[in-house]
Amino acid sequence: MLQHYGPQVINLLAAVLLLLAFAMLAQRRILSLINLFAAQGLVLFLATALVAALTGQTHLYWSAGVTLLLKVLLLPWILHRLIRRLNVKWDVETLLNIPTTMLVGIVLVILAFNVAAPISELAGTVTRSTLGIALACVLLSFLMMITRSKAVPQVVGFLSMENGLFFAATAAVYGMPMVVELGVALDVLVAALILGVFVFQIRERFDSVDTRHLENLKER
Amino acid sequence: MSASGLAAQFTELVLAVLLAPLLTGWVNQCRAWLQNRSAPGLLQPYRVLAKLFRKEVVLAHNASPLFRTAPYLIFGCLALAAAIVPTLGTDLPLNAAADAIALVGLLALTRFFTALAGMDVGTAFGSMGARREMMVGFLAEPALLMVLFTASLISQSTSLSTIVETIAHRELVIYPSLAFAGVAFTMVSLAENGRIPVDNPATHLELTMIHEAMLLEYSGRHLAMIEWAASLKLFVYSCVGIALFFPFGVPPGGDALGIVLALPVLAAKLAVGGVALALIELVSAKMRIFRAPEFMGSAFLLAVLAMLVHALLES
Repeated sequence: MLQHYGPQVINLLAAVLLLLAFAMLAQRRILSLINLFAAQGLVLFLATALVAALTGQTHLYWSAGVTLLLKVLLLPWILHRLIRRLNVKWDVETLLNIPTTMLVGIVLVILAFNVAAPISELAGTVTRSTLGIALACVLLSFLMMITRSKAVPQVVGFLSMENGLFFAATAAVYGMPMVVELGVALDVLVAALILGVFVFQIRERFDSVDTRHLENLKER
Repeated sequence: MSASGLAAQFTELVLAVLLAPLLTGWVNQCRAWLQNRSAPGLLQPYRVLAKLFRKEVVLAHNASPLFRTAPYLIFGCLALAAAIVPTLGTDLPLNAAADAIALVGLLALTRFFTALAGMDVGTAFGSMGARREMMVGFLAEPALLMVLFTASLISQSTSLSTIVETIAHRELVIYPSLAFAGVAFTMVSLAENGRIPVDNPATHLELTMIHEAMLLEYSGRHLAMIEWAASLKLFVYSCVGIALFFPFGVPPGGDALGIVLALPVLAAKLAVGGVALALIELVSAKMRIFRAPEFMGSAFLLAVLAMLVHALLES
């Protein structure tokens, strides 16, 4: 039962991951953006746990646990606290309008699927077909970082890019070694904290967290 | 074509036409309960129809024959669309004649005639409503086609019966592409039926109304036909949704026992669908009209993604 439907459920979860990446790309509200990020973490946790159950790789259970703890609970909590303290509930401002962003997103998905196709031919894992989706998630998060002008959505984009990378590692080679995974997890946590401080600094300097103000730093 | 197939076809058509107002009544009732209002009776749409059929028809002086025939054309198209969608059995004689693309064509024809009738008398509201309806329609239609194509790619056929048989009666396979297509289809059917994020069927506020603006000049039995057709449209969309995404329980052939057994399953699915629709309408806010293209654009992109995901994961 598990061996038969497991890979199909993983494919479904991968598709949901891509759906959430697109939802984040189209999202205008910052609170919903963070909730979507938490949902993405939850889907990633389920997918990793399922791969672990299918392949019997015990270290994947650990990384699934780290995902649950870090990306579903801790990081969204930090982000929620951040925007509560910044007192920002504004709509997310985009540099490109959202329909155009979505169109660019579709192009990126096609690109990712094509680039990943030869690589997934070489992989011997049960999850190899989802590699294209993982790559697409990375590119879509990257697109989100580029097209948002405020700092907090950029941070969320960075964190969700890490989600995509993590999924790509699981899909291609059943996850990275534990040391690397813990290192990356710690990196992301520290990055979120540092970026949080950074956001405060930007606001104190410019009374706004619009990163376009950073371009004005040169002396006049 | 068999006698039992004909019987299934006939039962399905009659049931769709008779039960469509009941579904509308059920959705209205759920919505009222969720909004903490006292609900209108389940049979209220039938009472409204009976009242309208008794009333006199008032026509504008410059109304053309098109204005008078449009309600019957719209009703006929939607009744035919309801007959194509396999809900009680897959052995339907009409299925050889009309596939998923014909279904989209029929729905486009109803939209075309509604818009023409809206512009016919020449009132400002009618033309405005027609323009808005076409704006929503031209974006909703390709999205709907893409959703149907995704299901067709899975079953290798555009015939709705084959799609239902592939998904319901072969070995159970999880199709991730149908998850995307399902979201896209929900968005399209909300827009096409004038439900809340895009249009509000209960409003007559000139700034926001889309569908109602075209019907302002209608009265009496013409209005009754159009209201009935609107219920039928909701019914058709619900049945297409059931056929594409939850076809389990539709009997493979078309024998009498199968039809009798499929009826309560269909009723249960429609009831659940009605609650889901009421919930969606409850939690979402009406969009500005210029957000509607963005909404439909997202639906189209999701449908395209569904096809891409099908190509990646299921081929």
